[in-house]
Formats: sequence, structure tokens, C-alpha cells
Amino acid sequence: MEEWIPIGYLLSAALFIFGLKKLGHPRTAPRGNQYGALGMLVAVLTTVIKMEAAGDAKWTLIIAGLVVGSVIGIIMAIRVEMTGMPELVALFNGFGGAASALVALSESWKYIEDSTLTVPSGLEIQVIMIAAGLSALVGWMTLTGSLLAMFKLKGGIYIPFSKKDDRGRRKWLNTPTWGPAWLNPVKVLLVIAVFVLIYLSIDDPRNTDYLWAIVAIACILGIVLVLPIGGADMPVVVSLLNSLSGIAAAFTGFIVGNSVLIVAGSLVGASGLILTFIMCKAMNRTLPDVLFKSFGGSGEKAELTRTKVGSDADEVAMMVDGAQKVIIVPGYGMAVSQCQHQVKEFADLIAEKFGTEVKYAIHPVAGRMPGHMNVLLAEANVPYEQLIEMDEINPEFPDCDVAVIIGANDTTNPAARSGEGPLAGMPIIDADAARTVVIIKRSLSVGYAGVDNDLFYMDKTMMLFGDGKAMMTGLNNAIKEI
Amino acid sequence: MITEATLIADLTLFLLAIFLGFELITKVPATLHTPLMSGANAISGISVVGALFAANVAFEQGDTRVSGLLAFVAIVLAMINVVGGFAVTNRMLNMIAGKKRRA
Repeated sequence: MEEWIPIGYLLSAALFIFGLKKLGHPRTAPRGNQYGALGMLVAVLTTVIKMEAAGDAKWTLIIAGLVVGSVIGIIMAIRVEMTGMPELVALFNGFGGAASALVALSESWKYIEDSTLTVPSGLEIQVIMIAAGLSALVGWMTLTGSLLAMFKLKGGIYIPFSKKDDRGRRKWLNTPTWGPAWLNPVKVLLVIAVFVLIYLSIDDPRNTDYLWAIVAIACILGIVLVLPIGGADMPVVVSLLNSLSGIAAAFTGFIVGNSVLIVAGSLVGASGLILTFIMCKAMNRTLPDVLFKSFGGSGEKAELTRTKVGSDADEVAMMVDGAQKVIIVPGYGMAVSQCQHQVKEFADLIAEKFGTEVKYAIHPVAGRMPGHMNVLLAEANVPYEQLIEMDEINPEFPDCDVAVIIGANDTTNPAARSGEGPLAGMPIIDADAARTVVIIKRSLSVGYAGVDNDLFYMDKTMMLFGDGKAMMTGLNNAIKEI
Repeated sequence: MITEATLIADLTLFLLAIFLGFELITKVPATLHTPLMSGANAISGISVVGALFAANVAFEQGDTRVSGLLAFVAIVLAMINVVGGFAVTNRMLNMIAGKKRRA
């Protein structure tokens, strides 16, 4: 049996490689995910067999851990709403980082709590302490960073046990965004401090002060890394933290001397980093800009000084009646109000009744994660061919009679072209080039980046103030009556 | 036991896997960014293997060890990451790719 163990790990590593490769292509992605899951199953089974072969393992506790984790994980994955998906990925990622960090801590603690245990000497202790130290640094950082990223994606939290207001809601606390320029050198110093502590701990592996100091500094690092970054950039940050949690897993592989940990961990680390760069490129930003230049904070929001008179559904319905081409621009608001089915009904109605050509303009970062809009519209059975990516659809706006923007703000804000302010340089949907712009939005309030949107105040813009679902239903009824 | 030979072998593996990871992903459509991130994240839950080893060693030395407890929590967290991660990725992909095949 034992000779098969390395084969098992090799098989699982190969499955991870194929899985990641296939996940990058639309056609093969579901299969890729299954390969990854299968690889994980093989890895866990191989490990269990290896432990069984090595002698009497404490199966009750180990199996309890595996089962409890699986059940919690599956419940969380099934219960999450589509809008909450990015937060959940961030949370899972934090757990993964924490797991690696705990393995490292457990390895170090072994020698601390049992003074009869001989500490290995020479190369072995060097490798263990360096790998454990780095795994702790990256792992704890991933945990606190991911948790903060999750709250940034949510926008804030309801404070538990606080007094409820008249609508029965608890006090809402916005996730802060704060990052003066002097924070960057502090981050570097903290990293250096951890390296020094790791070096010191090699000579004194039983020193708990070093251990706790590494844990504390790594936790602080995760927070100060994410704190200055605005919510709009969170997908990039989560992707980077995902890459880091892979590296942390690889470091634990050095401690327990296991090949599949090293291979899978570094695969995720490297491919996660590449994905981070690809995502940055889609947003027309560079990684250093995202990480070190405070941006798009929910902190400083522009003061609203202008007003705009709202239109009603009948007016918009008449406008659409004469249109030959309508482009729908969905945003986070559509996700929040879950009105994708009403949007699809609207598209079907006007195509049927007026023979209008309908397309959807998909901004790469519309919503809170890349691909968010595709997921929601696919759920409503919108044909894939009608979903057009930003670069392809932008030249079509001058020929477009009506652009219908549903709960999108920053991704259509012409301020991004000015080259100034938090949105500078972000590519946007050129909805302002359409002959008429209809915007469905609850108010004139600013978007994630905190910048006022000139598009709202243009003469050709009609605002429909209200919840996306209610407004789309009203609009559909108005069209039916024409 | 960690010796010079095993360390070199591990480092070789580490470097080669990193290079492979860089090459593995080239052009990914924006739609797949989130599922890919989520799927890769589930794979990084491989630390469950490390947690299993750590737990095994610690449990053998006695039930009430702190190191054993830490490893137990690590197993739970890693499994949440693995199972939840693959399940949530599957849900996302079914919505994106599943519908497309039918269309």
C-alpha cells in the first residue's frame, strides 16, 4: 500500500494542473472545477491511507474535523445569495490562510508545550522555523486582510446589540478607508521586523515572545494592506490574497515535507498572481497603483449640489417605442434588487412589440466582482450572444437610440475620462454617447468611488428614481399598455 | 527528517510549480475571473493535508495538547475552504456556462 502514496499525490497534483488550466476557458471551466475537487479528494484520501499505514491515528477527532468543515462549507456555499458571492470567496480565502497559519503554529507549539521533546538541530530546525515563520506571516495576513476585504465588499456592518431605529435596523457602520502616504514605509518595516523575528527564532525555537510577535505583526499587516484600498478594487485584492494563501500552503508543505502541498500551493500562488494582473488590466490599473495609492474610498464622498427632476414610466415607455436600438447597461443595482427577470421581460417586450434591437453592455467590473452581470443575466435566460463586452459595444452607442442604465453608476461616469479624481483612467461604458439615456436608480447619490456623476444631469438623461425591480415592473406595464 | 537532499528536492518542486503556474493561465475572459479565483482558492485549501499531518502527530502525543487543538481547528477551516470553495465555484459556473450550452 505504502508505495502507492507518492503516486496518489502525483495524481492529485496533475488533476490540480489540468483543473486550473480548464478553469480558464468558458467551455471547459465546469470540468476544470470538477478536476480540482477530484484532485483534492485524492490528496485527502492518500493522506488518510498514509496515516493509517503509519500506525494508530486518532480517527475520531480527525474525521470529526473533516466532516464538520465539509458540512459548514457546503451549507455556506448553498445558502449564499448571488450578490454575496464575492464576500463568501473572500471569507473562504481567509479560512484557507488561517488553516496554513495554524498548521505552522501547531508545529512550533509542539516544542513549546513539551519540554521533553528534542528540538531538531542544524538544517532541519532552520527549514522548519523559516517555513513556519513565512507560513505564519502570509497566513495570518491573508486571514485579517480577507476578513477586512469581506467587510469592504459588504460596505459595512450592522453593529450587533445596538439600538434599532424606527425601521427595525441596527446601527450601520461603514467599513473605513484610510491610508496616508506614510503608511507604505510602515508596511515595509513590519515585513522586515517579521524576517528579523524569524531569524531570531531559529536560535531560540521555544521562545513564545517571538512567536506571538510574528502572529501579531502579520495580523496588523493584513489590515494595513487592505485598509487604504477602496471597495471598487476589492476583487483585485481578494485575488492577490488568494495567491498569498496558496504560497502559505506551499510553505507548510516544507514543514511537513509533503510534495502535493508544495505543488498545489505554489501553483495557486503563481496562477493567482497572474489572474490578479489580468484583473488589474481589465480595470486599466496597475497592481502597485491598487495597493499603494489610496483609491475609490467610501471615505470622502462628493457633496451633491445639483438636482434633477425624475421622469415616470409612461414617459420612458413612449421614448422606447420609437427606438430602433436599445442597449441595456446593468450594474450593481440590478443585482441588489434582483430584477434581472424584469430586465429580460423588458427586452423581450420591446423586441416583440416594437421590433427593437436589444443588446446588453457588460462592464468588466460591473457589480462587485468580474462576471457578476453575466451570472445574473444568464440566470434570467438572457441569450449569451446579447451580452457584449465593453470594448465591443462602446463604438455602437452613437447609433443607439436609448441606453437603459439599471443601477450602474461608476462604470458609466464620464468623470473617468477627465484623468482626475478617484475614477481617473478607469475604462467606462460610453452610455453618454447614446441619443437618450434612461437611468434607473434609487437616488442621485454617488457610487462606490464617491464621485458625482455628470451623466445624471445631462439634458438627454431621464432618471427613473426607485428600486430596480419596482421601476422595471412599472416600465413593462407601461409598455404593455401602449 | 529534513536533509539537504530533501530540501533541494522540495525547493526544485516549489520553483517548477511556480513557473508552471505562471504559464498555466494566459488569457481569461472577464466572465471567468471570479470562478477561476474561487476555484484556485478552493485548491489552496490543500493545507488540509498539512493540517492532517500536524493533527496526527499531535494527537499521538496526547489528547489534550494545544498543538492538537490548533491542528483540529486548521482541519475544520481548511475543509470549509475546500468544500465551500468548490461548491460555490460549481454554482457560479452552472449559471454562466450551463445556460450558454443550452442557448
